[in-house]
Amino acid sequence: MSMTEDGATPARPRRGWRVWRLRRREGAGRQPAPIVPKNTIAGRALIAVVAIMTFLAALTTGAVMLVRDTANAWQSEIAREATVQVRPAGGRDIEADVRTAAALVRATPGVSEARAYSRAESAALLEPWLGEGAKLADLPVPRLIVVRTAPDWVVDFAEMRRALTAQVPVASLDDHRSWIERMRRVTRATVLGGILVLGLVIAATVLSVAFATRGAMAANRPIVEVLHFIGARNSYIAGQFQRHFLDLGLKGGLLGGGAALLVFVMADLLGGWLLDPDALREVSAMFGGASIGPWGYAMVMLQVACIAAVTAATSRRTVTRTLDELR
Amino acid sequence: MVTFENVGLRYDLGPEVLRDLTFSIAPHSFQFLTGPSGAGKTSLLRLLFLALRPTRGLVTLFGHDTSTLGRDALSTMRRRIGIVFQDFRLLDHMTTYENVALPFRVMGRAEASYRAEVVELLQWVGLGEKMDALPPVLSGGEKQRAAIARAVIARPQLLLADEPTGNVDPSLAQRLLRLFVELNKSGTSVVIATHDIALMDQFDARRLVLHDGRVHVYD
Repeated sequence: MSMTEDGATPARPRRGWRVWRLRRREGAGRQPAPIVPKNTIAGRALIAVVAIMTFLAALTTGAVMLVRDTANAWQSEIAREATVQVRPAGGRDIEADVRTAAALVRATPGVSEARAYSRAESAALLEPWLGEGAKLADLPVPRLIVVRTAPDWVVDFAEMRRALTAQVPVASLDDHRSWIERMRRVTRATVLGGILVLGLVIAATVLSVAFATRGAMAANRPIVEVLHFIGARNSYIAGQFQRHFLDLGLKGGLLGGGAALLVFVMADLLGGWLLDPDALREVSAMFGGASIGPWGYAMVMLQVACIAAVTAATSRRTVTRTLDELR
Repeated sequence: MVTFENVGLRYDLGPEVLRDLTFSIAPHSFQFLTGPSGAGKTSLLRLLFLALRPTRGLVTLFGHDTSTLGRDALSTMRRRIGIVFQDFRLLDHMTTYENVALPFRVMGRAEASYRAEVVELLQWVGLGEKMDALPPVLSGGEKQRAAIARAVIARPQLLLADEPTGNVDPSLAQRLLRLFVELNKSGTSVVIATHDIALMDQFDARRLVLHDGRVHVYD
């Protein structure tokens, strides 16, 4: 900022920032006006289009990533669990069978936890169906052992099943294989659907940004013509417009992408504020968190860069075509 | 300096608007290009400042056959030609000073190397007080003078002006004509397209008269 002779900062004029900037240009040591005018209506409209489309594309990207992460989390949760069911049988001590089965499971490499449900806990599981007053002692209620495996460990469930069948014939192992397969199919279909939607949104973004850029460029055709006829090289003219439109694309992209990131951050924070910890845990278990993680942020920033590049490239192509028409 | 040999021009598949043009423009010469409205004056000027390719014939500019020149060579050639457009074509977001300095700027010259020259020319054309004004606040005559200053600032060898006095009153037209004559005396070849007979009568110069698509030269 310029200073007066006595060192004081001059008072800012009352008629606004634009007039102040114009006066600065008009003063000594001024910056020359840019070749391509800034702050035009067409330029502002282009920033708005880029911002809106980047916002939508970034939201879609974030949503697809959240769906994928949640589906993967579900799948991995189920994959890390197995259930051993010990059925009561005449002449066998079910408590001994449960202890033997639990010990055998715990001894299997990769198993981090094996928790046998007590008779009371098994009864509690049946309570919603049979009611509180049911005499469960008379019923042949099977007992469950919930097995949790360590992350990044492939447990040999086939071997575990063989060992169980040999030592506790009344025990059966359910490793949730069919559930996992179903989950995998659902997850794949969901993520593919999301990627398809994202592809469509990105295509719509690219097209609308390209058309908006061409619209904004139309307003600048007289500038291209004047520069051409006073002897500016095509590369100089194209470079001026490319820089200007890259700037507009980045501004719009950062506005839209920034707003989308803000939405994800706010959703994450609001979840923590509005829900009590138990409800938040349940919601997180079902739907995952609203945080898109570092990869999500990187993807959004990549989109911003790509959309700005599309804006710049379209302006360059339009200038080149205009210059071709001019000869 | 400029030679046209059997040049013809048609737009797309339409009839030839200019045909069998054969004439030359000598260095340091002064000529009016005239003819009735629609005779093709602007088309001929556009051929001269390389905005159009002839459909047939040979155009030689500064010793080069223009049909063989690449884009960059054409740009370099245009720097030797100054153009005054009928509608001025000043850039509204730039001040008068910046508009006039534009040819130097696109050449990549530093502002310090041309500032004094631009200021001096603006003062010479009577726009010294309007250097920082934007074109929308200039009068028609001021815009015309700014457009002329932009066309001559880089000392072109050939100056082309399309109806330069079409939007100004007779006294200003006379002043602008004097300006062109001064430029011609300093070595620039001048071609003024006009249908203003009164203007042409003020200065005894060669006349290129376009009629029915052909050019008739009156030395």
